[in-house]
Amino acid sequence: MHAKPQEAIAELRRQIAHLERGSQRRKPLPFGVPHVDEHLPGHGLARGTLHEIIEAGPASEFAGAATLFTAGIAARLKGPVLWCLTRRDLFAPGLLRAGLHPDRVIYVETSHDRDVLPLVEEGLHERGLGAVVGEVTRLGLTASRRLQLAAEASGVTALLLRRWWTVAEKDLTRLPTAASTRWRVAPVESEPLPAPGLGRARWQVDLVRCRGAEPRSWILEACDAKGRLALPANLADRPDPAQVRRAATR
Amino acid sequence: MTVGTTGSRRLIAAADATAFGLGLRIGMPLAQAQALVPELHVCDATPEDDEASLRQLARWAISYSPVVAPDPPDGLWIDIAGADHLLGGEEALLIDLTGRLSDQGIAARAVVADAPGAAWAVARYGKGSVVPSGRTVDAVAPLPVAALRLSPQTLNAMHRLGIERVGQLAAMPRAPMVRRFGKEVALRLDQAMGHAFEPISPLIPQETAIATLTFAEPIARLEDLKQMVRRLSQDLCRKLTQRGEGIRRLDLVVRRVDEKGASLRVGTAKATRDHVHLAKLFDERLPTIDAGFGIEEVALIASRTEPLVEQQTEVSGIAGDDASDADMSRLVDRLGARVGAHRIYRLAPVPTLVPERMARKIPPLSPPTGSVWPETLLRPTRLLDPPEPVVATALLPDHPPAFFIWRKLRHKVAKADGPERITPEWWKGDKRAAARDYYRVETDRGGRFWIFRDAPADQGGRWWLHGLFE
Repeated sequence: MHAKPQEAIAELRRQIAHLERGSQRRKPLPFGVPHVDEHLPGHGLARGTLHEIIEAGPASEFAGAATLFTAGIAARLKGPVLWCLTRRDLFAPGLLRAGLHPDRVIYVETSHDRDVLPLVEEGLHERGLGAVVGEVTRLGLTASRRLQLAAEASGVTALLLRRWWTVAEKDLTRLPTAASTRWRVAPVESEPLPAPGLGRARWQVDLVRCRGAEPRSWILEACDAKGRLALPANLADRPDPAQVRRAATR
Repeated sequence: MTVGTTGSRRLIAAADATAFGLGLRIGMPLAQAQALVPELHVCDATPEDDEASLRQLARWAISYSPVVAPDPPDGLWIDIAGADHLLGGEEALLIDLTGRLSDQGIAARAVVADAPGAAWAVARYGKGSVVPSGRTVDAVAPLPVAALRLSPQTLNAMHRLGIERVGQLAAMPRAPMVRRFGKEVALRLDQAMGHAFEPISPLIPQETAIATLTFAEPIARLEDLKQMVRRLSQDLCRKLTQRGEGIRRLDLVVRRVDEKGASLRVGTAKATRDHVHLAKLFDERLPTIDAGFGIEEVALIASRTEPLVEQQTEVSGIAGDDASDADMSRLVDRLGARVGAHRIYRLAPVPTLVPERMARKIPPLSPPTGSVWPETLLRPTRLLDPPEPVVATALLPDHPPAFFIWRKLRHKVAKADGPERITPEWWKGDKRAAARDYYRVETDRGGRFWIFRDAPADQGGRWWLHGLFE
């Protein structure tokens, strides 16, 4: 066998890199938030792979925050976006707030959840697309692997928005899939303004699963009109919010 | 003469020259006709047979010109452009035509004119047989307005206003005329005057491209069928290349050993001659064909085609990096073959503030609209349609609620923005009368909701939840 364990590990790394060449070849999409980008392998969201986005808010069956998060990613990718859905609760003027222009989005709807994934796969075969968004409840290991391979082959990024309406369906989002990242987005209390009104929304963005990186969570400001996230001003460069709070009360 | 039934009335549908001589007119009630002519011979009108005979006549008239179209109920259009010299000019052609028709016992009038509409008018209401080229207006102007192929209602309205002649109508200012009688009148007028082009649909359409395969040994396996569809599609595309056409709609017809058949139809969003792509469109639905004891014959029919010029679609080596002008038509076709073309769409902005109407569906390959909703509008990403009622309490009128109960959960409102008043658009048929006051609220847990009250509090306005923000 190998003389030194280091050599063996290096060899294995090379093999893995070779296997994953499809996704490594493309330049990842940075979020523009240094803390997030530095944590992600390749300093950004890998293109040409499958990503899962799950909402974990009080009204998570509607996935309002996760939708905007997804739209923000899709808006920053180049090219048309295919959005596969089963319910008609998506509100296009809302997507525009993340910079996703209505001319760029082609919608395709089906009546059954199980019909969405074939449509996503069909979209992933089309190289000209920027991203394919699919709203699904069920996503198995085999199906996700298939989509992942299709995405790697064409270089189109797949964004799967997990929707659920019953507790049993919500539990499905915990099952493993072949997606390269899994994000969970939950709204948190936003910064109070000096006058009555609402400022920029704030999210807790959890990287629940990521190939090649540890799970991590951040408090971020919601997408702006160009789909960019931001680090909250009062949290930037202050790693421990608890200390800040203690200092303020003192 | 024949008689047709219109509603509960029996009216004369057609009559020959003798009947006309006796004072009978088309549209006259049967009872009145029978009072005029006691020994009247009456037949029931058979419009289907009439039309069939007309088509037969049209087929016969192809000896005069290849472009012949029946014009039901009683007309025939022959496009003699470039064909009249064969019989020694236009007049000679007409004499020959009417002569041969009367030999067959058909009383006909024929007119040559620059435009089909003009010929129609002069043949029925005018005199002479050849309207000289360029003199169409003079020939049509003195004719009664009935010569314009208008509906009886329109003719009645004109009659009431004293417009009897085409010339009178032509002299009227165009805009008020269209407003009063509708666009059709203007179109018919232009067609009769020869100002507007009027296509006639010829009896024999251009040959449809068909590719067929007949098997000595019936096939039943799906793989074989797929393979055959590939081959047929290749054949068909080769045929269409010669004709310079691309496919918009394709029908696959299979015939089984037991003489039963099945068919599949796919459409494309853009004319194409890509045989691989076209064959793929059937892949998804081929398994629905029941092969039974075997398939004997497969035919692929290009049922709708469009002119398509050859163009370079891809340059090898230069990948389509500029995705803005990427060709999405194939993707749209493939998706359309799966879910149906009407379920693929884009949403275009509509300039309105009523949320339910802010977007309208447009075909997925329409040119970019370029327009967007105003960016200052803060709209949710998910809209509940219809809005769900919530129990909410506001501390003061015109204030956002302090809390609300939605789906049995109590949400405490921490921050809010509003109100934004959206009034119903009664001119678009909105039934509801009340304006809505929308608030964007954030709960103490961070969730953001779009809720509205449908009337001021002192008028008993209720609260509704309409959308969810990030």
